[in-house]
Amino acid sequence: MKAIRIIDTTLRDGMHAVSHQLTPDQMAAVAAGLDQAGVGTIEVGHGDGLGGSSLQYGFAAASDFDYLAAVAQVVQSARIDVLLIPGIGTIDMLREAMQYGVKTVRVATHVTEADVGEQHIGFAKKNNLEAIGFLMMSHMASPQKVAEQAKLFEGYGADIVYVTDSAGAMLPADVKARVEAVRQAVGIPIGFHGHNNLGLAIGNSLAAIEAGATLVDGTVRGLGAGAGNAQLEVLTAVLAKAGLETGIDLYKIMDVGEELVEPLMHRPQIIGNAALAIGYAGAYGSFLLHAQRAAEKFGLDARDILLEMGRRKTVGGQEDLILDVAISLAGAKR
Amino acid sequence: MAGKLRAAILGPGNIGIDLMLKLLRSPYHELVLMAGIYPDSEGLRMAAKKGIAISTDGIDGVLALKNLDIVYDATGAKPHLQHAPRLKEAGIFAVDLTPAAVGPYVVPAVNLEQHLDKLNVNLITCGGQATVPIVHAISRVTPVAYAEIVATISSCSAGPGTRKNIDEFTETTRQALITVGGAKDGKAIIILNPADPPILMRNTIYAQCDTAQINAISQSVGQMVKDIQRYVPGYRLKVAPYADDGRVVAMIEVTGAGDYLPVYSGNLDIITAAAVAIGERYAQHKEKAVG
Repeated sequence: MKAIRIIDTTLRDGMHAVSHQLTPDQMAAVAAGLDQAGVGTIEVGHGDGLGGSSLQYGFAAASDFDYLAAVAQVVQSARIDVLLIPGIGTIDMLREAMQYGVKTVRVATHVTEADVGEQHIGFAKKNNLEAIGFLMMSHMASPQKVAEQAKLFEGYGADIVYVTDSAGAMLPADVKARVEAVRQAVGIPIGFHGHNNLGLAIGNSLAAIEAGATLVDGTVRGLGAGAGNAQLEVLTAVLAKAGLETGIDLYKIMDVGEELVEPLMHRPQIIGNAALAIGYAGAYGSFLLHAQRAAEKFGLDARDILLEMGRRKTVGGQEDLILDVAISLAGAKR
Repeated sequence: MAGKLRAAILGPGNIGIDLMLKLLRSPYHELVLMAGIYPDSEGLRMAAKKGIAISTDGIDGVLALKNLDIVYDATGAKPHLQHAPRLKEAGIFAVDLTPAAVGPYVVPAVNLEQHLDKLNVNLITCGGQATVPIVHAISRVTPVAYAEIVATISSCSAGPGTRKNIDEFTETTRQALITVGGAKDGKAIIILNPADPPILMRNTIYAQCDTAQINAISQSVGQMVKDIQRYVPGYRLKVAPYADDGRVVAMIEVTGAGDYLPVYSGNLDIITAAAVAIGERYAQHKEKAVG
């Protein structure tokens, strides 16, 4: 049976959905469950990765290193992974994270800006980490451009490259075209990270696999930015039915969802109106709660803010522009 | 006019060229040399066309000249570490536009006067030039426990130097928020946006402080913006200081002068404009010291 590697990001992308407020103990409990269910790689930290804890994105309940220490203590066989967005996180932070047993780093850049990650990939490889290039907002670039940037990551020494649908804005054909183009351009394995704003996280993961991806991301209960990610329990079942091996025990991962993750959730992970607007507009998934807060403060509809964020071709991390947009929309209303 | 500084630019890249056009307009400078190391450099060609002497011997070409008063180094952090001691030995005032930070961080509107007797000053980063003075303007009113800035620049105005050294950008800017801005702690974030047409450079400043002082803060920030506009005309307050949940938020947009780099390159313009402002002030200072 063909094997598909799963990277679980419940404890990183899922942090967006709880405003980065999980405690280290809560993370450790979920990580232990994931580990026992057979999840091979577990990504941990603030939703925006190393150094993400900030006024711009929201302070986390604990430091990156408190989370890593707590998770490292309970995980037996899974690899611990961190996200690093150059411009937010730094090599110094990664160096410190390595002391907690981090084995994999995903260096995430906007889809057209892979070169800002050259230093970080190089550092990871020099220090025997698994290095993954993570091309965020892949829907904003053509398949050729995505392939060109994937090739840059391969050139810097990345072991794996990801097509990342940060906005949950792609249709299966968009995913296939990008993964296919990357497959023709590089010799390293390809991953796909989906979001569910258009209800396609699972379908797009399948499309990516059909086009040649051998890694896909999921989160338990779909917990994640925007409408959330590919729901890991569902993904596990779907991939098993498709004859693909993930190494994850279906019952156990379902139980992690019901017993460990559900009690931590602030709200059901559904495709609400604002989350759907994110997928429709192609805006960054983690804008959701920030836009809802700004909408409330200025008496606006969050969808209007998010659509404007899409129109302005914003990229991941531009949460500060939400306030600017809200102020100008509120001014136009008056 | 008396008191004109004999000036050289080291590093004829985008920044060096933009700086050249600004120095040619400056009444306090006589630009006598543009030095690089690549003979086919566009910057050297442009300088020669303007009638400025050129050299492809880098720092050696600069030091071969006699009676230089000031050198603008727009090369890179590593080269500047080698240039700095040699310029110092020659007694030449060095304005460092690289992230090397051999000398103190300087923002003309904040702390230039303290450092005119040093022989080397550093311009932090573009994001630092745009945001550190705002943090200073707040911290002179009320203590700032934590300052955080987000600089968003157009992808096409982020050159290979910035891209390869993005960690230096965040770390250097963070340091300056503390040492020059006066915040107790700080953080800097940089985002590149590839939108076409290119976006103007925008900066968001967050400061955790006593928001009850918002009126005095707004006044202080308004004054600072005026002070900066004297040397960066395209600097403007996009969102005036706004008190929100224990913090003050303000946003700055920078339109470049469009000398060499297009107007969206406010990030590069602000650093070349600050460099010229430093030179002009140094010229006045030197004149006074001599006279």
